[in-house]
Amino acid sequence: MSAATEIAAAVRAGRRTARDVLEEHLARIDARESEVHAFNLVLADEARAAADAVDALVASGADPGPLAGVPVALKDNLCTRGVPTTCSSRILAGWRPPYDATVVQRVVAAGGVVAGKTNLDEFAMGSSTENSAFGPTRNPRDVSRVPGGSSGGSAAAVAAGFAPLALGSDTGGSIRQPAALCGTVGVKPTYGAVSRYGLVAFASSLDQIGPFAGSVADAALLLDVIAGPDPLDSTSSPRVPAALGPGLRDGVAGLRVGLIDELVDAEGVEPEVRDAVSRAAAALEAAGATVERVSVPSVVYGLSAYYLIAPAEASSNLARYDGVRYGLRVDGDDVATMNARTRDVGFGPEVKRRIMLGTYALSAGYYDAYYGKAQRVRTLITRDFARAYERFDALLSPTSPTVAFPLGAKADNPLAMYLSDVCTIPTNLAGHAAASVPFGTGRDGLPVGVQVLVDAEQEPTMFRVMQALEERAS
Amino acid sequence: MTTSGYEAVIGLEAHVELATATKLFCGCPNEFGAAPNTHVCPVCLGLPGSLPVLNRAVVEYALRFAAALGFRVPDESIFARKNYFYPDMPKDYQISQYEEPILVDGSIEVDGVHIGIERAHLEEDTGKTTHMGGGGRIHEADYSLVDYNRAGVPLMEIVSRPDIRTAEQARAYVSELRGVLKALGVSDVKMEEGSMRVDANVSVRPVGTEAFGTKVEIKNMNSLRSLGRAIDFEIERQIAALEAGERIVQETRHWDEADGRTHGMRTKEGSSDYRYFPEPDLVPVAPSGEMRAAAAAAVPELPAARRARLVADWGVSEADARVLVDVDGLADFAAAAVDALRDGAARDVANWCTGDVMAHLNETGLSIEVLPLAPDGLAELVGLVAAGTISRNQAKDVLAECLRAPTRPAQVVAERGLEQVSDTGALAAVVDEVLAANADAVAEYRSGDDKAKKKKRGFLMGECMKALRGQGNPQLLNALLDERLA
Repeated sequence: MSAATEIAAAVRAGRRTARDVLEEHLARIDARESEVHAFNLVLADEARAAADAVDALVASGADPGPLAGVPVALKDNLCTRGVPTTCSSRILAGWRPPYDATVVQRVVAAGGVVAGKTNLDEFAMGSSTENSAFGPTRNPRDVSRVPGGSSGGSAAAVAAGFAPLALGSDTGGSIRQPAALCGTVGVKPTYGAVSRYGLVAFASSLDQIGPFAGSVADAALLLDVIAGPDPLDSTSSPRVPAALGPGLRDGVAGLRVGLIDELVDAEGVEPEVRDAVSRAAAALEAAGATVERVSVPSVVYGLSAYYLIAPAEASSNLARYDGVRYGLRVDGDDVATMNARTRDVGFGPEVKRRIMLGTYALSAGYYDAYYGKAQRVRTLITRDFARAYERFDALLSPTSPTVAFPLGAKADNPLAMYLSDVCTIPTNLAGHAAASVPFGTGRDGLPVGVQVLVDAEQEPTMFRVMQALEERAS
Repeated sequence: MTTSGYEAVIGLEAHVELATATKLFCGCPNEFGAAPNTHVCPVCLGLPGSLPVLNRAVVEYALRFAAALGFRVPDESIFARKNYFYPDMPKDYQISQYEEPILVDGSIEVDGVHIGIERAHLEEDTGKTTHMGGGGRIHEADYSLVDYNRAGVPLMEIVSRPDIRTAEQARAYVSELRGVLKALGVSDVKMEEGSMRVDANVSVRPVGTEAFGTKVEIKNMNSLRSLGRAIDFEIERQIAALEAGERIVQETRHWDEADGRTHGMRTKEGSSDYRYFPEPDLVPVAPSGEMRAAAAAAVPELPAARRARLVADWGVSEADARVLVDVDGLADFAAAAVDALRDGAARDVANWCTGDVMAHLNETGLSIEVLPLAPDGLAELVGLVAAGTISRNQAKDVLAECLRAPTRPAQVVAERGLEQVSDTGALAAVVDEVLAANADAVAEYRSGDDKAKKKKRGFLMGECMKALRGQGNPQLLNALLDERLA
């Protein structure tokens, strides 16, 4: 059984109050938040009011919904009405959105209790949550190490027991990689499965919101709540997805699983990670699946293509932070100087690096060589995956090449940091779904995550594989 | 037209605000004149996390325009981002269409010449900046205010081919385009209010050569008249420059209505690179067959066809037909009057409309809907003239009164006692009386030459009219005089 599912069931049945559940989690936050720093903002008072409202509903005989009384932590790039939304950047200082993101509305409508806003790499750019204007988040499993990123705060919040569920966003691995490093489940749904309305954009064609949870069942519970069409997001899929909960334990007998050659043998994949993937493959075979090696040749170009497409879109998405309408303004003699000073002071070095990369990639004369070529690689990757999915129901690979690394280990080497996402990026480029499931531990008892990949809209199959791995992980 | 051996090559870019109920990508009202920053929401303010959703009505309007002017509508068109920093642009990029516009290859006939239209694409408008202090100029202003009500208002940019040769033709093109857009009901097309803005690309070349000269873009013309003046000025300026051995610089020039000249704008630092790329927040625009068919069915009679019909059916001149169709509501007014007509000709209705009614509209600045005169009132007036109850001259006075205050022509005629005397017996008595009293004149008439005859006859006619206080039916009086003097 799992925390969120149990809590919701108990609260709905009147066996526990949402307020009790919340106080238990707030106590854990009080005890450890100062060393973990998962949150930019803990919404204790608001959460108490929300929990009391859930309890009042139950007392009146109404059903608060599938997340009844479950505390949920939100990555601080999800807009919350009247509540600061910072993206861990100085540039959004003082900004309070006048609206809730669609996912926030859905969580609240399902009875979820928003516990706080979690730390991230500034504008979700990073793989360690060290690029935050408010200081790094630490890995609850070993506070000398990073939690991964960019959704490190959400991963840490779940791993530390601050909240049973959290939402993150994944542009190149920002849910799956921290989930792997913190030992939680993390899901990047199919592009378009979850509305992006209210998610502060990093790279619009790659961004996708997804759940963190302590178990596969809990992740399914949250994804079922947030997924589905949204008229406010033109790129959200019009198809109503099937609920994931019911088929979760259908098993993997007869499923064909492919082990991706290029990712298992990717640059920098450590032996302990490779071992975990091999053991996961063996576990799936033992559960009745067939496992074979498969080549998806173009994935090796994923990282390069990603670091053209994502910065290109980011350079445009982040143009609006100009000091004119909201957030930080650093005055200047004229508008252009004010714009430049605001952005100079407001953005951190990694964000500036990517804005410059992206601006260059889109420049007249370079567009075809960079952005255009990257889009062709993207097409190629999608085609290679399509070929693989003709033969396989799901694919398997490492999530992160390494276990959690020490704070500062890669802070001065952007390329080494970028390599953290080498296994996760291809899924974003293809628009497919993938998830990370904890599968044992490596060196120093640090968690290792295994990545399960499926074709677009094949989340039900993905969750069956994830569940099977979870059952055989210990 | 050629000027001293040169020929102008002109292409026009018209930006038309589409008159949809809501903005291009959000549900805010698309409405001119509201208090600043009241028609705004997270989407049109470009707040972090907001996303655009295309307004279906905008696509319907574009399809209607396509059906009217024979554009090809590709299966799919896409939006792109045009990136540049400007305070009145909330996202610091404009969502526009770049390489794949919604409409391509249309044309419009202007005075018998087909002017090609290369493309028409959709884009969002920006907000509006007002510079405070320093006479409203940006460089001297103390501060600036931005109103985002206009941000996100749907625009259609209509780009002609360089098929236009003269300022006159340019004006006629814009005029025809306005008529079409107005007839389709997709825009108010008011240049003065900015719901239609036209920029002109102008170059000149020696007559007989094929290669284009260096083009100059001119902006800031806010009426048809200033468009014509600006183009004429620019043609002359370029010819004079070439004649003086200078080279034309490719640039954007501003039309100054006050001094009647174009002025080079301060060149931007470096050349502008808009870093266009496909807008990832929107999906391709792929109008269905049903949408296309519905749009085609919604195309009403276009101005050219309506003019032709008025010429053929009512016998009006091409020039009058143009006035009737171009002036808001005038042709509809005339048609309603013709429908109500019991006596008299459609052409007479049209003549009153293009004559006295138009003069009144121009004089007062009123629009036709607010006139106290209803179409059936005009029909009544035409009927009174046709029946000989009043003369044309009397009708002018009656109409003037009906245009000023709510009354009916018949009532005015009755009140003023203006009925014409058409009773032959009464008229004959007057004629006999006048002839008897002016025996000298009659004698001179009978003995005089043609010139004298004409003079005396006119005198006698005048005396008859005087006796009748101007209300005698002139045709009948003439006939009676002819009979008595024969």
